[in-house]
Amino acid sequence: MKFLNDPKKKKIAYLVLLVLLAVFPFVITNSYYLHVCISIGVYILLATSLNLVTGFAGQLSLGHAAFYGIGAYVGALLMLNFDVNFFLAMIASAVVSGLFGLLLGLPTLRLRGDYLAIVTLGFGEIVRLVFVNWAEVTRGPLGLPGIPSPSIFGFEISGRTAFYYLVIVLVLITLFVMSRIVNSGVGMAMQTVKIDEIAAESIGIYPIKYKLIAFVVAAAFAGIAGCYYASYIAYISPTTFVYNTSVTILAMVVLGGLGSIPGSIIGACILTLVPELLRFMSDYRMLIFGALMVFMMIFRPEGFWGASKRVKNIYKIKAGGAKNGSDSGDNQRHD
Amino acid sequence: MFTQQLMNGITVGGIYALIALGYTMVYGILKIVNFAHGDVFMMGMFLGMFFTQALGMHYLIAFPLAAAATAFVGICIERIAYRPIRVADKLAVLISALGVSIFLQNFAMLVWGTETHTFNSGIKVQTFRLGSVTLSNIQIGVIVLCCVLMVVLYLVVNKTKIGVAMRATSHSIVSAKLMGINTDKIISFTFGVGSVLACVAGILVGIYYDAVYPTIGYSYGLKAFAAAILGGIGSIPGAMLGGFVIGIVETFGAAYISSGYRDAFAFGILIIVLIFKPSGILGVKHVDKV
Repeated sequence: MKFLNDPKKKKIAYLVLLVLLAVFPFVITNSYYLHVCISIGVYILLATSLNLVTGFAGQLSLGHAAFYGIGAYVGALLMLNFDVNFFLAMIASAVVSGLFGLLLGLPTLRLRGDYLAIVTLGFGEIVRLVFVNWAEVTRGPLGLPGIPSPSIFGFEISGRTAFYYLVIVLVLITLFVMSRIVNSGVGMAMQTVKIDEIAAESIGIYPIKYKLIAFVVAAAFAGIAGCYYASYIAYISPTTFVYNTSVTILAMVVLGGLGSIPGSIIGACILTLVPELLRFMSDYRMLIFGALMVFMMIFRPEGFWGASKRVKNIYKIKAGGAKNGSDSGDNQRHD
Repeated sequence: MFTQQLMNGITVGGIYALIALGYTMVYGILKIVNFAHGDVFMMGMFLGMFFTQALGMHYLIAFPLAAAATAFVGICIERIAYRPIRVADKLAVLISALGVSIFLQNFAMLVWGTETHTFNSGIKVQTFRLGSVTLSNIQIGVIVLCCVLMVVLYLVVNKTKIGVAMRATSHSIVSAKLMGINTDKIISFTFGVGSVLACVAGILVGIYYDAVYPTIGYSYGLKAFAAAILGGIGSIPGAMLGGFVIGIVETFGAAYISSGYRDAFAFGILIIVLIFKPSGILGVKHVDKV
């Protein structure tokens, strides 16, 4: 990963990656593979947004699927009942999910660690129960079928390939926004809050404000992911937005490496791909998946793209060209 | 009606309290949430069923054996999945616990199938009427057994040598080690006790509702965890109180307001209590220092 430290080469690497992603549907036309790629895309949206809360602001949330679900239901209901355009519905999903994030975050972000985890978990369960029981609007466990495809300037986005490109665009926008937030003053403040709230307060950073920003932004992006998912699958039911989904998203963030955007992407890819790759073992699939999660944590507790790796990278960039020889040699050993 | 619902609530609450004790004891010592505990409860239930049905044992022999086997499962979980990463980030332990939970659920599905089983313990259900309240012998058994176990646990933790060692370890593992306490052994013991309690709860649920299935640990685990947090995690009387509060609130909510939102009442009361008392009902308030 040495070449990534040179900004010029980094840009080229990104461009190559983009071109590869763009030509992918022409090379591989199998719709199952495309479906897997789209799932990865949706999970990247969810994992990077949760990463902002858990990885950067240090708040453990076990209710991310609730915001995902709120986004999906808001988008689907607007498109089905009021014929709202997909992109407007998506914005509405983001706003409503964000508002719920604010509503939940305002009173509860004072709680610490495990207490916040259980409150967000409880919130997720309550939201799911509302989906199930508010049958006049959500049709309860039957779910909402026939959600329309998006259309832009009279051009309808349908079929796997079109949805593939749409998710790529959404992922790029999300990654751009996330990296801007993380590298801004707000992002630095969030990370300070994560390391030590009291120390942050003593230098004039108001912890709740930054935790709330992280929470609301993450909820809004989860809402966007939900709206996209609703339109792609064309059918939503409460069984998608359960505790297990929240846990999977959190596992992606932690397995990838907390507080790292590439880490969340890697985590989303691996946790979507591994169960698919293990399909040939059918019955033993999830058994092995569970065992793999345990062993992964035993042997690499900091995740695939863990802090030890990244902190060194930061030093290297700071050292610049003047001090490259010994440093990079040192770095190679750990990679 | 009111007294009847209260008795039902106390029965369910007692079961939650037994599971919640496992969460709270492990948290008290290791400061981690054992997310696999709900599945240990499920394993206890299946093992109880396995020993009585498949091996045809009398329940007086089968249930202690099931409890011992569940304790073994719990100790193995700690040994394999938690001990190697105890010093690492707390989130790593959390993910490891989630892995264990997925593993146990799928293990149960492979061995016993995904369908719902009946428990068939050989204990006959009899009902009594006390005024307007109907009670079954199982309900009375649940309440009595929960109270007895809690008293025993209280005595073990507060009056025995190993209890002193447990409390010392929960204060500080490092200092406890310096005082000559074998902390690894104490931690294993704690997991064992928690698992035995979960197994008892599992068998009681099995007899009471007569339905056993692999994903049952999920909802009981969540609500017991909520109970542990509500009472103030790490506090043993807190877990008992939290269990009864959650059980009673959800039974009343389901009976008087709407049965569809049964679980929402449990979590609703939890969120409301935590907003006003962030450390739980009996929890100790932590003061952060830089």
